[in-house]
Amino acid sequence: MVSAAFDYVAVDSYDEAVQRLVEHGEDAKVIAGGQSLVPMLNLRLARPAVLIDINGADRREPAVENGMLRVPALTRHRTLLEHPLVRRHCPLLAGAVRHVGNVRVRNRGTLGGSLAHADPTGEIGACSLAVNAQVVVRGPGGARTIPARELFVTYLTTALAAEEIITDVLIPVAGPRQGWSFLEMVRRTSDFAIVGVAARVELDQQADVIAVAEVALAGVADRVVLAAPGLLTGLAGRAPAAAGLASAAAGIAASVDPASDVHASGGYRRRLVQVLTARALRGAFDMARGVAA
Amino acid sequence: MTRRKVLLAVNDREHEVWVTPSDSLLDVLHDELGMADVRYGCGEGVCGTCTVLLDGEPVNGCLLLAVQAEGRQVTTLRGLMGAGEAMHPLQECFLRRGAAQCGFCTPGMVLTAFDLVRRCGRPTREEIRYALVGNLCRCTGYTKILDAVEEYAALAGPGGAPGAVAR
Repeated sequence: MVSAAFDYVAVDSYDEAVQRLVEHGEDAKVIAGGQSLVPMLNLRLARPAVLIDINGADRREPAVENGMLRVPALTRHRTLLEHPLVRRHCPLLAGAVRHVGNVRVRNRGTLGGSLAHADPTGEIGACSLAVNAQVVVRGPGGARTIPARELFVTYLTTALAAEEIITDVLIPVAGPRQGWSFLEMVRRTSDFAIVGVAARVELDQQADVIAVAEVALAGVADRVVLAAPGLLTGLAGRAPAAAGLASAAAGIAASVDPASDVHASGGYRRRLVQVLTARALRGAFDMARGVAA
Repeated sequence: MTRRKVLLAVNDREHEVWVTPSDSLLDVLHDELGMADVRYGCGEGVCGTCTVLLDGEPVNGCLLLAVQAEGRQVTTLRGLMGAGEAMHPLQECFLRRGAAQCGFCTPGMVLTAFDLVRRCGRPTREEIRYALVGNLCRCTGYTKILDAVEEYAALAGPGGAPGAVAR
C-alpha cells in the first residue's frame, strides 16, 4: 500500500493554511496528526494533489476562559488524556480518549482532526455532542463557531466549507454536581467502536435528583448522534430507579436504526445501545452523587 | 512530484536524504537508509512493527511523512543499544524470557514498552497490556512479552529505566 503522489506544504499559521486551501481548492487536504488521513492515502481512498500540514500553525495549550475550556484543535489525544485542565473540566473527553486507537495513534492524532474526519464511530465526536461543544473554525471570511451538534452531516462529512479549518473546541466546564460515563463495545481494545455511548448527568443543586441528562451515540448511524432530548426528560427531577434508566435506555435504543455490517448486525447494535446506555446513565448518576461506580 | 532534500536525525546521526513528499518515514528509514529494525507490517498504524520514537514518543513510521520528521529526533530500536551494539536491558529481558519468536514485532514491542516504563516506572500487568495493544505478535507470544516487560520494569525501578534515550 503506497499512496498516490502528492505535493506538500507546511504552514506556520492558520491564515496561511486558509490561503493555501483557497489556492488549491478541492485538490488540497489538511493534515494534522494524519492518523486517519494517511491510512486513507495509503489505501488510495483519498488522492489529494496537495497536503497542507498545519502542525506548525499553533502551539497553544488547553486553557479555561469565561467558563469554557478552550482546547486548541491541534491538541494530541495523549494530551487530552493527561492534561490536568481537560481531566478536570471535561473528564468525559479525557476518559473517552482512552478508547481511541493505540499509544502511537494518540501521540499524533489530534482533537480537531478527529472532529473534521467525522467518523460515525468516533469517540471524540460523540463526546463533543454530549458536552455540547462549540467548534471554532477559520475560513477566508474569518472565524465562526459551529455547535458540535450541527457539525456532523454524514459519513466523513462535516458542515465545514472546503476552505475552513477547525482551530479550537470550546467546552462548557463541568460543574461539581456532574457525572459522566463513556462505554463502548469493541472486539479488541483499540478497534473502531461497534457501539459507543457517552452519557453526562447534572444533578439538581439541592437534591440528589437529575436536572439534565444527555446521551450521545457512536456506531449507530451515518454520523455520531445525540439522543433526542425528549427521550431523557422522563429522568428529570428524579433519583433514577433502575426501571427509569432502563426505560430511557430502551427508548433511545428504539429511536435508532443501526445498519448491519461485517462487524455486527443492526439488531445487536441496537441491543448494545440499550444495555450500554442504561449502564452509562447509572455510572454518570452515581459519579455525580459522589458514589463510586 | 518534486524531490526535496531532508536532513533526518536518526539515532543521534544526521542523514541527508532525497525524498518525495509522499514517502513515509518508514519508507525512508527502511528502504533508503537500510534500517532493518523499522518494518512494514500493515501501513495503517494498527500493527506497530514500524514504531519509532519521535522526540522520545512512540509513533507510527508508516503514518508519518518523512518530510514531517525533519528537525525532530528519531530513535529506532538500534538507538536504544549501547556502544558496540550492546543490548539494552529491556532487550536482555526479552531474550531471557523467550519473548521473541520470529522477531518481526520485537523492535516495536521494545520501543513501546521502553516508553511505557520510562513514563510509569512500574506499570501493572494490565497497564502493560493496554500500552502494547497496538503491537501485534502473530506468533502470539504475548504472555512472555508481558513477562519480559514486567521484569524490566522491576529492574529499572521507579523513576524510570536505564539507558534513557536522547530527546
